Amino acid sequence: MTAALIPGVPLLLGLIGLLLPPGDGDRRRPAATLGIAGAAASLLVTLSLLLFAHKPIDVSTHWVSIGGIDLTIGFTVGVAALYVALAVATVALFVQIYSVAYLHDDPRYAPYAAQVSLFTGAMLLVVTSGDLIGVLVGWEVMGACSYLLIGHDRRLPEAPAAAVKAFLVTRVGDVGFLLGVAVLIAGAGTSRIADLRTHDYSSGTLTAALLLILAGVAGKSAQFPLHTWLPDAMAGPTPISALIHAATMVAAGVYVVFRLYPLYDESPAALATLGVMAAITILLGALSATAQDDMKRVLAWSTVSQIGYMTGALAVGSPAAALFHLLTHAAFKALLFLAAGAVIHAVGTNYLSRMGGLREHMPVTFWSFVVGLGALAGVPPLSGFWSKENVLTAAAHATEGGGTAPVWVGWVVWLAALFAVLITAWYATRLLLCAFFGISREHGPDGPDWEIGFDDARYTAPAVPHDPPGAMRWPILILTIPAALLGLVAYAPGFRTALEMEDPHLSVALVLPLVLLAAGAGAAWWLWQAVPGADPAAALGPARHLFASGFHLDTIQDRLVVRPVRAIAKVVTATDEKVVDAAVEGTGTGTTGVGNALAVAHRVPLPTAAVAVLAGALLLGAVAVWFGAAT
Amino acid sequence: MTIYQVALVAVVALPALGAAVVALLKDRTARLVGTGFAAVTLLPIILLPFARSSADGGLWTEVDVSWVSALNLDFHLGVDGVSYPLVALTGLLTVLCTAYLQKSSGRALTALLLVLEAGIAGTFLSFDLILFFLFFEVVLLPMYAVIAGWGGEDRRRAARKFVLYTLFGSVFLLLGVVTVAVSAGTGDLAELAGGAGLDRTTQYAAFTLLAIAFAVKAPLWPLHTWLPDAHTQAPTVGSVILAGVLLKMGTYGLVRVGVGVAPLGAEKAAPVLGILAVAAILAGSLICLRQTELKRLIAYSSVGHMGFVLLGIATLSETGLQAALLGNVAHGLITGLLFFLAGAIKDRAHTGELSELGGLRETAPRLAGVLGFAAIASLGLPGLAGFWGEAFAVVAAVQRGGGLWTTLAVLAAIGGALTAAYFLRLLRRVTHGPARVPATVASTALAPGANGHLLPGVTTVEWLAWSPLAALTLAVGLAPALVLIATSAPVRALTEALP
Repeated sequence: MTAALIPGVPLLLGLIGLLLPPGDGDRRRPAATLGIAGAAASLLVTLSLLLFAHKPIDVSTHWVSIGGIDLTIGFTVGVAALYVALAVATVALFVQIYSVAYLHDDPRYAPYAAQVSLFTGAMLLVVTSGDLIGVLVGWEVMGACSYLLIGHDRRLPEAPAAAVKAFLVTRVGDVGFLLGVAVLIAGAGTSRIADLRTHDYSSGTLTAALLLILAGVAGKSAQFPLHTWLPDAMAGPTPISALIHAATMVAAGVYVVFRLYPLYDESPAALATLGVMAAITILLGALSATAQDDMKRVLAWSTVSQIGYMTGALAVGSPAAALFHLLTHAAFKALLFLAAGAVIHAVGTNYLSRMGGLREHMPVTFWSFVVGLGALAGVPPLSGFWSKENVLTAAAHATEGGGTAPVWVGWVVWLAALFAVLITAWYATRLLLCAFFGISREHGPDGPDWEIGFDDARYTAPAVPHDPPGAMRWPILILTIPAALLGLVAYAPGFRTALEMEDPHLSVALVLPLVLLAAGAGAAWWLWQAVPGADPAAALGPARHLFASGFHLDTIQDRLVVRPVRAIAKVVTATDEKVVDAAVEGTGTGTTGVGNALAVAHRVPLPTAAVAVLAGALLLGAVAVWFGAAT
Repeated sequence: MTIYQVALVAVVALPALGAAVVALLKDRTARLVGTGFAAVTLLPIILLPFARSSADGGLWTEVDVSWVSALNLDFHLGVDGVSYPLVALTGLLTVLCTAYLQKSSGRALTALLLVLEAGIAGTFLSFDLILFFLFFEVVLLPMYAVIAGWGGEDRRRAARKFVLYTLFGSVFLLLGVVTVAVSAGTGDLAELAGGAGLDRTTQYAAFTLLAIAFAVKAPLWPLHTWLPDAHTQAPTVGSVILAGVLLKMGTYGLVRVGVGVAPLGAEKAAPVLGILAVAAILAGSLICLRQTELKRLIAYSSVGHMGFVLLGIATLSETGLQAALLGNVAHGLITGLLFFLAGAIKDRAHTGELSELGGLRETAPRLAGVLGFAAIASLGLPGLAGFWGEAFAVVAAVQRGGGLWTTLAVLAAIGGALTAAYFLRLLRRVTHGPARVPATVASTALAPGANGHLLPGVTTVEWLAWSPLAALTLAVGLAPALVLIATSAPVRALTEALP
């Protein structure tokens, strides 16, 4: 059961960490130790299994039987799962180390570190669990941890709302996920994934279950139409964004589809839905990223778009390409967010319009950004180039038919992915130019504030931004290595066979994406050159507002879901009070009223009473006579 | 008599004796002695599982003494896997409640809690219909007294509503019990199991009567309106017992007596029951979205949670019934904890209005942490106790198949998402945001030594009351077998009797 240690250690240490007292100074040390130890232990176990164990590892024990359904605690760990676990544990370790410095003045660091541990453990549980209920446990615990962590920052008024939104939107998707899992389990009578993968479902049931699961996947992996929580989740501390975007949470959905792929491979309808969802998400995310002013939101929308590449790869029948892109994305997105944290740490703002000219003061951060954004855009030979190339090849291959998914799905995904290469290059270049080039716009368009001293009036001396302290710098520096080079493992035969990936081939098909890449980057650079200091996004014209608001989908979601639910709640509550409860209260008051009336009748004065008695006697007599006559 | 039979009787007799002793003592000693009695009662409860001889179903141990033969009334107590978890929960919550009372005065309240324990445990252990009815009724008046004597401002009205409403249900229970006992010529639940000796019509009639009675207790929508008032007004310990175990008498009765004695009736009524259960889930969670008072919100959440339990029962499948039993215990643990916490918050802030609370995370981080844990457990996070009952009620409905049950499963799952919505709203109002101190607190806080409870820290007594519930929530979540281990044989016996 060594595999159980991978999620088990961080989960256990996280639970212990929750019991630590909050506080400053020395009281932070045990929390930091527990947090770092948890991630490091997972990393070590994963590495040792990867190097020494006989794979795939498959262990399970009986957990509980509910009715005729047997649940197991099981861990199924193949090489692919170990690679993902490796990525998760590495990112988590760096995030833990980075957070020690990033949250150096936060008295609630202890629960934060514990929650990061739980978060990591939950993701690792999703990755390693051989049982669908285990996956569900990790899946939901992750949702709860993301809620807690996004809402961590007390200084941001929008943080609690963003946290609630993240949990609720994913939870709406999880309604589908739970039902899908229920259908799969009810059909097979077991929750072991290995058994489910081979169970023979009827095609209707299977498609229904898989579509339901896709709802959950859309929620967790921020796919259209349930992606709306991810940009808002930027209210969380930046290391948390790195964790959510790089290796946990958003990767979980892709990974679950990967685990259940043999089932998806039998359902063209489910794959077609996934493909359409992916194509919309790729373009939606990329276009929305072009117009954001908040640096973290640019990265958030880029995640939405990149996850779309992964689901697109799944839809066109290449789970290997999806997983490869997941791994490279984990590397460069973790790098980008941690580097963004360094920028925000230094200049004290998220807004690109208040940055500029950081290249000279923050060379380490600048070069990390260059590597990260280059990988994101797919510049050869950085990691993103290879994995994105894989996705494009898979999609192009699907347009020839022969796969499970219909041919048109291949076309849709391929075109969306190609077009997004152009846009991605554009916004990546824009981000780099706005943040690091030109002059500092720290004080806005009006220049720095005046300061009146005894001697003379003068400008406030601008604070010189600087590269971050060691605990933050080293994780960034180390992450540049996989972000740059991870793509080359595609040439490692062991890696290829583990993912069942085809041999890399550099063919003429490469030219098209490279031309688009150059065109996108060139366009952004040209705009920047034409009007130095101006945001290239201004060239978007009227579309800028539409893109910046994410196509107004938040408003639509509010109109279509939030408000109706509130209205229904109002009606139901009113019904409960005015009808259901009023009936009960009415019975009570009615009875009291009748009782009072009778009590009054018993207190009438003697003459009236005498009349009433006589009248009664008369009535009874009349009745007696009537019946007597009748018989 | 074996030692197990002695233990069985002791579970009911010790608290009753304790109540009598407490009533004779002075306040401070009385509370200690009361807690002692409640704690000692745990010993026979712990002893009972050792009586379980094999996995063949049947009772672990029983005591059967003829009491009033003219009425077919036997003093027949027994315990099996279905009733044991609830008995254990009753014992645990009573100890925690009596211990919690150490920080305030309340000799009579301690005595009443012990009477309640005797009545509730007796209900769960009775294997004779008439005896079941007697214990069922014994609980009513002490609970009335607890609410009317120690409740909030509007306590008398709430207590009156509670007692009259549940008495209304009891009329149906009495009719049902008499119908069954007279037609079958016996009141012994073991003999009646599977509907033996009752024809189809009698079973229909009996199940209808019994189901209405238990639906009031559980409570099933739309017979639930006594619950929010009673909970809002009841003192903390009253709410804990009420939500923790009293409601379970309804669901337990429905499984043991309703489904057990009139399986044909249950089969016939299952769709209606299922529809009402899902209505309860949806109505409960939607109403929760609009609640502005802490305890009232938690009370309405009980309606939703018990809806899941009733949905599990309504499926009449092994999975559903086991999910219901698990949901019962989980709800007792989690909602008990939530009411303890609501009480603690109200003690500190002197208000339960959500609009006046806020910033608990800053002022009392520990309390906020436990509240967050309880809320997340209550919204059904997998890995904690609340998940199993709800998820597998849905699985059972899916398993049952067909248009109706599939729809019910979908609606119930949506109800699960709504549950998350209102609990997050609760947490956002109470724990996040700037710390708001209501005017009343500010004024009393200025007076030196006015109120010791204003301290943000959590007292030892409170930790003592909360930690077992929190620990068990996690334990049952990780190992649901703790509750389910002995249920499969009796549940299979129940489902096999179904047509």
